[in-house]
Amino acid sequence: MKNIKYLILGILFGIILTKSEVISWFRIQEMFRFESIHMYGIIGLAIVVGAVSIFLIRKYDVKTFYGEKIYIEKRPYNRAAIYGGIIFGLGWAFTGACPGPLFALVGNGYGIITVSLVFALIGTWVYGYFQHRLPH
Amino acid sequence: MIELIKQPWPWYIAGPIIGLMVPLSLIIANKRFGVSSSLRHICAACVPANIEFFRYNWKSELWSLFFVGGILIGGFLSDRWLIGSDDIAISEKTVAGLRGLGITDFTGFMPREIFSWEHLLSFQGILIIAIGGFMVGFGARWANGCTSGHAITGLSDFQIGSLVAVIGFFIGGLFITYFIYPIIF
Repeated sequence: MKNIKYLILGILFGIILTKSEVISWFRIQEMFRFESIHMYGIIGLAIVVGAVSIFLIRKYDVKTFYGEKIYIEKRPYNRAAIYGGIIFGLGWAFTGACPGPLFALVGNGYGIITVSLVFALIGTWVYGYFQHRLPH
Repeated sequence: MIELIKQPWPWYIAGPIIGLMVPLSLIIANKRFGVSSSLRHICAACVPANIEFFRYNWKSELWSLFFVGGILIGGFLSDRWLIGSDDIAISEKTVAGLRGLGITDFTGFMPREIFSWEHLLSFQGILIIAIGGFMVGFGARWANGCTSGHAITGLSDFQIGSLVAVIGFFIGGLFITYFIYPIIF
């Protein structure tokens, strides 16, 4: 039952993504056209709050609910970040949705997005299949 | 209160709440906040096919599947009880630009001219709905993260790899917006 808290966290995130219109294809087009502050304000303020939180967690050595030391995995710079990032960006501008919004959109009743979600799973699987043949 | 929640949430309210996902995931799960790794766990659970990338104990990552299941339910609850009006106040410039591409329906979260079952098997439908989805999954795994993992968590921790990935997201996104959309519509 310990997983219930992740379910609740997910429900909260799904509501935020919907109410903030982050799941809107139009909002993503607006972002890539630099015609509104909406998405930049959301991502920018999320980073500010995230950065302050991480600073405080480190400064006061905040522990998890279970008393473990908090560890933030580093993602090193490599070629995969740029190549994979570009491909992800192509997909983001097409579908207007990154992975979180794909799930939220299906919940909102956009059944057609199940197709995008299934293809995102296929994409993930194909990456796994070719992993060792791709530059990293 | 519920009437207030039903209004669209302005960016300066939504942004900080999304940012709180970073400490919440760390404190509750000791995990980097990120969504796309759930797709890997689903592959590992359903079609591992003896591929090294999918050979790990996905059951220890169940939290991530509960999290994305929650996102889906959160979307459902919002649609059912928390939607005030259907119209999204997109900037007039964007509306004009998209009209220029032939989009006329601005209701809901996505244009029905593209995102519908009738149009799925058209050239645009296959490219945008299916191949777009494929690239989201493939690219996120290759880059080792998506918007939540790189743009929000990674940049919150000033990680250079995440900054590079986010620059990649924009190179890809701007290329589609400025070079591909004007051609395919």
